[in-house]
Amino acid sequence: MKRMQCPLNGLRNISEFVYGGQVTTMPNPATCTDKQWAHYVFYEDNDIGVMREWWLHAPSGYWFIAERHNASDEIVRTYDASECFSSRVDFSASETAS
Amino acid sequence: MPFALLKFGLNDDYPYEREPDIPAPRDLKSHYDVVIIGGGGHGVATAYYLAKYHGVTNVAILEKAYLGGGNTARNTAVIRSNYLTPEGVKFYSASVKRYEQLSNEFDFNIMYSQRGQLTLAHTDATVRAFRQRAEVNKHFGGRTELIDRQAIAELVPTLNLDPADLPVLAGLWHRDGATARHDAVAWGYAKGATQRGVELHQLTEVTDILKEGNKVTGVVTNRGRIQCNSVVQAVAGHSALLARKAGFELPLVAYPLQAMVTQPVKPFLNPLVSSSALHCYVQQTSRGEIVIGGGSDPYPLYSSRSSLELKESLIAHAIEMFPFMSEMRLLRQWAGITDMTTDYSPIMGLSPVENYYIDAGWGTWGFKATPICGWTMAELVASGGRVPELIQPFALERFSHFRQVNEMGATAASH
Ligand SMILES: Cc1cc2nc3c(=O)[nH]c(=O)nc-3n(C[C@H](O)[C@H](O)[C@H](O)COP(=O)(O)OP(=O)(O)OC[C@H]3O[C@@H](n4cnc5c(N)ncnc54)[C@H](O)[C@@H]3O)c2cc1C
Repeated sequence: MKRMQCPLNGLRNISEFVYGGQVTTMPNPATCTDKQWAHYVFYEDNDIGVMREWWLHAPSGYWFIAERHNASDEIVRTYDASECFSSRVDFSASETAS
Repeated sequence: MPFALLKFGLNDDYPYEREPDIPAPRDLKSHYDVVIIGGGGHGVATAYYLAKYHGVTNVAILEKAYLGGGNTARNTAVIRSNYLTPEGVKFYSASVKRYEQLSNEFDFNIMYSQRGQLTLAHTDATVRAFRQRAEVNKHFGGRTELIDRQAIAELVPTLNLDPADLPVLAGLWHRDGATARHDAVAWGYAKGATQRGVELHQLTEVTDILKEGNKVTGVVTNRGRIQCNSVVQAVAGHSALLARKAGFELPLVAYPLQAMVTQPVKPFLNPLVSSSALHCYVQQTSRGEIVIGGGSDPYPLYSSRSSLELKESLIAHAIEMFPFMSEMRLLRQWAGITDMTTDYSPIMGLSPVENYYIDAGWGTWGFKATPICGWTMAELVASGGRVPELIQPFALERFSHFRQVNEMGATAASH
């Protein structure tokens, strides 16, 4: 079976992992237009090459990022999300939103 | 009648076809009215209806490999219209009606076989969803009903009603469900189109799209440039990649979908049987092979490789449904790249580029839609961009306005 390097648990069978979509840049929900938000929700990068993706190691409930080639299926690198994300996003509804 | 047949048999003038069905390729012309990218079922059907019903014959179908060798050759040929949304049911029913007439339309046998399709419910939630589907279907003239275990046992005596600790509670019985020979569908359309003047160019890959301002003016191929008035793209798994070349994005993710067939055996299974809880569907072809199909691969990939894990789980579930199949041998297995939308409905109609029309997002369920796609896309092209009512709900724009047509429950794992 194909295996993947989990940054937390080491090399594990691919069946222990769940794919969670590409890592995309979220627009500011408070200021972006509906169209920009729709684009963020529905569109991903549709090129062929190495993509940055969210993966979950299901048994340990750990989300991380993998760089994987989406045609050769080669996993180039896996790492903790803290390499890309340093702060929490606050989703509490703002006063002005209607 | 037998006499007439015998006479033909003994006669020198036996009416076999002396002309090849599909004329050999010529050189590419420098200009066509319409260029269709993709020689799968959808592309050739569009060309056929354009030529036959709209008199548009200066058309080139450009296919990078060979006719019908993409998902048209790889699909498991489930034809049905028991979807969930009124938009979907209307659209797929119109396709089933065309399929029923298709052998006559072509004067060529597509081996259309209406055996009915049975989907199994293993949970109360699925039974509720089935009730809704049955009602929506009946409302639009389809033949779909909820049936109990007893009726299922009579319909499919070989089925294990208690597979994998998931007892079958009820079934959605869709009498209109059918299958057909997929190659014959592609050949029938291609033959009808090319006989009316359409050119089919195989081994001709579109590598770029030419535009003036926001209007398409032609395409670049591995065999040179072509000018044209309009373009239809119908390239299934490669839809989003091609759209990028035309300068816009499509909300699609490419997933492999795998399937397989066993060695042929005596007929034992008439209806097509599917279980969404087991992620598996099983049917017997007219040749006696058992076709086994199921859910998509667990993560996206632009590759049609197969994986042992998926094949193993598919087979395990098929054997849960039909235990005696454990003695059978596999004959072939394969995969195709499918262009999945998040709402499990297609993307059809206008694109952000003028005179550039899209038929995409066909994912794992587009074979059954081949006739109606060809019909509506031809109308769209011939009218210069007036979108037929039937496909208006499937516009690309819906993804900018959160107006999805959610067919997820009706599509997953029953194709
Ligand atoms: C395993 C499997 C099982 C399925 N089962 C079912 C089922 O039971 N029922 C159902 O309704 N649907 C099913 N489907 C889905 C169905 O096969 C597709 O939706 C349908 O065949 C799409 O038809 P098409 O003509 O659009 O695409 P295709 O037949 O894939 O044709 C597209 C063509 O475009 C060509 N092409 C791509 N890029 C270019 C380029 N740049 N230039 C020129 N040509 C190009 C390709 O070579 C290809 O031949 C299944 C799919 C798979 C993979």
